[in-house]
Amino acid sequence: MHMADALISPAVGGTMWAVSACLLGYASHKLKTENDDSRIPLMGVLGAFIFAAQMINFSIPGTGSSGHLGGGLILAALLGPHAAFLTIASVLAVQSLFFADGGLLAMGCSIFNLGFIPCYLAYPLIYKPLTGGAPSRGRLMAAAVLSAVVGLQLGAFGVVLETTVSGISDLPFGSFLLLMQPIHLAIGLVEGVVTALLLAFLHRVRPELFGIQAAGAQPRSLRPVLAGLGLAAVLVGGGLSWFASADPDGLEWSLAKVSGKEELAAPEDGIHGTLDALQKRVAFLPDYSFKAAAEPEAAPAKGGKEQEAWPNVNAGTSLSGVLGGFMTLCLAGLVGFAVRRFHARA
Amino acid sequence: MSIENALLELRRLDDLAHQDTPLHRLDARAKVLATVLFLVSMLSLGRYEVARLLPFAAFPWLLATLGGVPLSLLLRRAALALPFVLMVGIFNPLFDRTVQLHLGPLAVTGGMLSFSSILLRSMLAVTTGLALVAVTGFDNICRALGRLGMPSLFLVQLQFLYRYIFVLVEEAGRMMHARALRCGAATRPSLREYRSLLGSLLLRTLDRAGRVHQAMLCRGFSGTMPEYGMPTRFGRAELRFCLACGLYLLAVRIFDLPLLLGGMAGGLFR
Repeated sequence: MHMADALISPAVGGTMWAVSACLLGYASHKLKTENDDSRIPLMGVLGAFIFAAQMINFSIPGTGSSGHLGGGLILAALLGPHAAFLTIASVLAVQSLFFADGGLLAMGCSIFNLGFIPCYLAYPLIYKPLTGGAPSRGRLMAAAVLSAVVGLQLGAFGVVLETTVSGISDLPFGSFLLLMQPIHLAIGLVEGVVTALLLAFLHRVRPELFGIQAAGAQPRSLRPVLAGLGLAAVLVGGGLSWFASADPDGLEWSLAKVSGKEELAAPEDGIHGTLDALQKRVAFLPDYSFKAAAEPEAAPAKGGKEQEAWPNVNAGTSLSGVLGGFMTLCLAGLVGFAVRRFHARA
Repeated sequence: MSIENALLELRRLDDLAHQDTPLHRLDARAKVLATVLFLVSMLSLGRYEVARLLPFAAFPWLLATLGGVPLSLLLRRAALALPFVLMVGIFNPLFDRTVQLHLGPLAVTGGMLSFSSILLRSMLAVTTGLALVAVTGFDNICRALGRLGMPSLFLVQLQFLYRYIFVLVEEAGRMMHARALRCGAATRPSLREYRSLLGSLLLRTLDRAGRVHQAMLCRGFSGTMPEYGMPTRFGRAELRFCLACGLYLLAVRIFDLPLLLGGMAGGLFR
């Protein structure tokens, strides 16, 4: 799920970098106020562990394919969200710099998709409420699988959204979504099972690692989890309908890239204004002043594409996006409960 | 990628970064800034641009040549990064079939153009990123990011991670080696074996983290990594490098160099 530089526009890359940089600052600040020195080497070494673990593959029974640990969720469970976020970001940076796994400009997107979503959404909203105290094996498994699946689904959705907004790929939003979500459903299931197995192992041999959490939280009901998921779905849906709204100005930063036009006048208030200001602050080439010099003969050729540059994004698509997301959640929930029941019986 | 190969690749870039060329001696900030400018100006070109991307290849080529980095290494790595880009980009020729230009009898559609553009972008971005690491080194990049405002805790984390990747990847390699000796390398571990393998790797990791922390405390760790080597500053050479790269990149971003050259060549024959 590492984003490639070739598929994103500088506007999207820059915006996501700004978001991720803010998150990095926030996580560092939070960690500093906790003032726990012993966690620093633990973070470094666990990051290296994730790196090493990703090189060991196991065979998935019955399929002939292989899987490995992704790592976001297990880091969050062991380190807490802030330290885990920094650790994942550092792993992504090394992967990008040394193995060209994900682009440099696209690293902001990757950090958001693979770091923010598991650490700040899946972990506190799903995993933690489900596994307070000393969770049973089944509960741990259900929580890990559910949060891994939801985390990866949202991450894959992020990849699709960022790629489509960039407008470099022609893949329509809906088709890309259909391509990405099912693959990541499978990956999420594997990730969840492996994470749960490892965590159960650690619970058995090193219960003191989980001592801090065991003192505070109690196992809670599913209700707040479902409320959180609902909120996330509404937020995602809301974001989607923002892109799909009748007012196309929301896309000016991507359209300007595609069509070579001056930016359209965007409303100065609300999220447009904020994003616009943010982008202007971070953009190396504010207002795309280069575009004024773009050769005129190229413009008409591209003008024809302008309408198609943002295919399929309309109210219908966004509705199906929300519906699809909802159905995925239901499916994930079903799988989680099935696994749980299976384990309760075993 | 196998464990041994991954270690080899890491060491290869690390060795290259320890060379001593004028490019290696430059302050890392200059190289990081030039790379960012390169990425932004290259990726902000329109999606149908193919020819205009070509002059940008001069930048990674320059980094590699001046920094003594073998081009074959960069190109091989860049090819390894292509699959995901191919998977997404391959659909462009299918969806966008409006004919954009004719090359003799061959009608070139927009999708073909944008697909070639995506491949070229990917090659350029990846080779430049790897060349940056090979002529700068990871520690120097971290230091540069710190001076450019990255939170210090994150930098400490990056440096820690980098140090321990070698240790833990070797540890994982030894475990896999031991397993291969016992039951043959041909089979992948089953989920059950995988849990034991990863579980014991994780336990060793946690123990090691504890020992590392003790050792660091004994040596007076204060929350930042010590810097070794000469501190560099952003001097004249850095300014010259940034100006030269910046002007070239701006020029090829604003002017259509291939078109201008083509026009001139056409004028010669007229």
